[in-house]
Amino acid sequence: MATTAKSRMLTGSKAMVEAIDQEMERDPRVFVMGEDVGKYGGIFGSTTGLFEKYGPTRILDTPISETAFIGAAIGAAMEGMRPIVELMFVDFFGVCMDQIYNQMAKIHYMSGGHVKVPLVLMTAVGGGYNDAAQHSQTLYATFAHLPGMKVVAPTFPDDLKGMMIAAIREDNPVILMFHKGLQGLGWMDQLDASIGEVPQEPYTVPLGRSRIVREGNDVTIVGIQMMTVHAMKAAEQLKEAGIDAEVIDLRSLVPLDRETILRSVAKTHRLLVVDEDYQSYGMSAEIAATVAEAGLYDLEAPIRRLAIPDVPIPYSDPLENFVLPNAEKIAEAAKALVNM
Amino acid sequence: MATAEIVKEIPVEKARWMYETMVKIRYYEECMVQAYAEGKTPIFNIGAGTVPGEMHLAAGQEPAAVGMMAHLTENDTVTAPHRPHHHAIAKGVNLKRMTAEIFGRQSGLGKGKGGHMHLFDPKVKFACSGIIASGLPPAAGAALAAKMQGKNWVAVAFVGEGGANAGAFHETLNLAALWKLPLIVVVEDNHYGISVPKEASTAVPFNDIRGVAYGMPGFRVKDNDPLEMYRVSAKAVARARQGEGPSLIEIETYRYLGHFQGDPEVYRPKDEEAQLRKKDPIPRMRNWLLEQGLASEEEIAGMEARAHQEVDEAYAYARESAYPQPEEALADLFEPA
Ligand SMILES: Cc1ncc(C[n+]2csc(CCOP(=O)(O)OP(=O)(O)O)c2C)c(N)n1
Ligand SMILES: [Mg+2]
Repeated sequence: MATTAKSRMLTGSKAMVEAIDQEMERDPRVFVMGEDVGKYGGIFGSTTGLFEKYGPTRILDTPISETAFIGAAIGAAMEGMRPIVELMFVDFFGVCMDQIYNQMAKIHYMSGGHVKVPLVLMTAVGGGYNDAAQHSQTLYATFAHLPGMKVVAPTFPDDLKGMMIAAIREDNPVILMFHKGLQGLGWMDQLDASIGEVPQEPYTVPLGRSRIVREGNDVTIVGIQMMTVHAMKAAEQLKEAGIDAEVIDLRSLVPLDRETILRSVAKTHRLLVVDEDYQSYGMSAEIAATVAEAGLYDLEAPIRRLAIPDVPIPYSDPLENFVLPNAEKIAEAAKALVNM
Repeated sequence: MATAEIVKEIPVEKARWMYETMVKIRYYEECMVQAYAEGKTPIFNIGAGTVPGEMHLAAGQEPAAVGMMAHLTENDTVTAPHRPHHHAIAKGVNLKRMTAEIFGRQSGLGKGKGGHMHLFDPKVKFACSGIIASGLPPAAGAALAAKMQGKNWVAVAFVGEGGANAGAFHETLNLAALWKLPLIVVVEDNHYGISVPKEASTAVPFNDIRGVAYGMPGFRVKDNDPLEMYRVSAKAVARARQGEGPSLIEIETYRYLGHFQGDPEVYRPKDEEAQLRKKDPIPRMRNWLLEQGLASEEEIAGMEARAHQEVDEAYAYARESAYPQPEEALADLFEPA
């Protein structure tokens, strides 16, 4: 990140808004559309204040017609515009996935690289607040599995801003997932991680690079978004037990920063992957496979995974707590791994 | 309110049932406002309290549910959207188990797995979903199944006016008309899809006129009128039962509360709710019953007391019920072999 004269404490959502605002000022081709992005300012605060500043020609409230407006963003992008389109909850992908993965993700390739689709699809992910099976998923791997789109999921406010700007300037389609619990919204759990220092002027954080958020020697814990936050808390608990954990915040699923993970495992010899997504066929498997293929001889213990057991996310508190990884479960798994 | 002539069309026990059910729904939603607020003050936190998660309430929208459900039996299927309590109550969903579900208890309809947007009561063929317009295709499927099995059962899908712009809405209307399915689609026009007013989301002023595009009749009910809703639904249900195919109904209705509880409602005039409440259908229907001599003050008081008691008992049942054991989260993914 660029060093800057001025930075302030911002929430995740304010950091995102600032990124979009600065890019809209810089580039008249940038515009936003989605449900309730206008006066309401985005259900998760991703566009607060932008309607007042830019008006309805650049901040477009849409009908509840995701196929039409996400498809329209693709078409506008192909015409040289730089749309940012919001899918309110990632869980709603089902009604518009054809546009996303048969159009948006494949056009560049199918055209032999002759057609560019520079758009950002931003979408809210994550559970932990009892919103049940249709409003709590992350679906990281569902998108990361399909070639042709970059899939990023910044955790902290400074990355939200820098990666949003990078995504807008990127000539490829980017899915930018933001975690509801890390937006710093007044009506959710208040987490320290959802507020952070953010430089005022525009800057980019490259897509596809992870960040080591805590250095350690005994075990590598890989997480993303809320799981990174939980892993950092777990690392504090582990420290008390005499275990020195390294925590990697993945930040990006596609491209995936395999080198940083392999380098870390070469140092710690143990790997725990934590994922707020379904376990099977997911991100945790991809990372485990990466280490099995290229770092197997560095391991002193089998790879461990913590993810949502393969069931939809239940509503009731004790049930949801049971399926979601948290700091205690991470610490316990890491201890078991180190004491193996 | 519809004029006196509807007295001839509506049996007195139906009229009374509609009134009592509207009272029950309203009181249910008012109790839910309270229950939802428990544990969320002084600081509102969506994931905290007795009833966490999103909460979409239907106070003001009772006429849509009772006017249609007055014509249905347990054999008829209903699918509802994310704002489902009025439909569920009018369809006769087990109120205790529904409330227990919303409270996340083991005795709930879905053992605490579903929550308020995902209520299933197969006994009365009721289901709902939090994905906009996703109840329409399954309702068409229920109608298809009835037809294949030679039954005169019908299926009714409720959807918001915002949801009437989803692809599933349009695909389903065409399919149902093409196959002459016994399906009725009811659009509840409460003027908003979250913050977006109808004129900013919909290219035509009324959704009933969209019936033309699919070759089916479209009916419009103005002023949130339960009796007019009753009358229009009678026609649509009769058509469906007689094998004449689907119908589309749009009812102009009122959403008194926020889109969800906790909605800052920055997008609507401050006094809008008060204005809407002046036209409240419940006192209107109460007066009508009295004027037409269909119920006395004492009888009405009795209906109201009964409705309140049933709701109070449902909430008490929910509160007394136990939470599920955590490991229960792993159960119910598949039917056991
Ligand atoms: C496919 C899909 N898109 C968006 C949403 C988010 N959402 C939930 S309710 C709602 C507004 C629905 O408006 P309307 O259909 O008019 O129903 P109302 O809330 O007014 O009852 C939206 C956009 C969703 N649940 N599903
Ligand atoms: Mg509506």
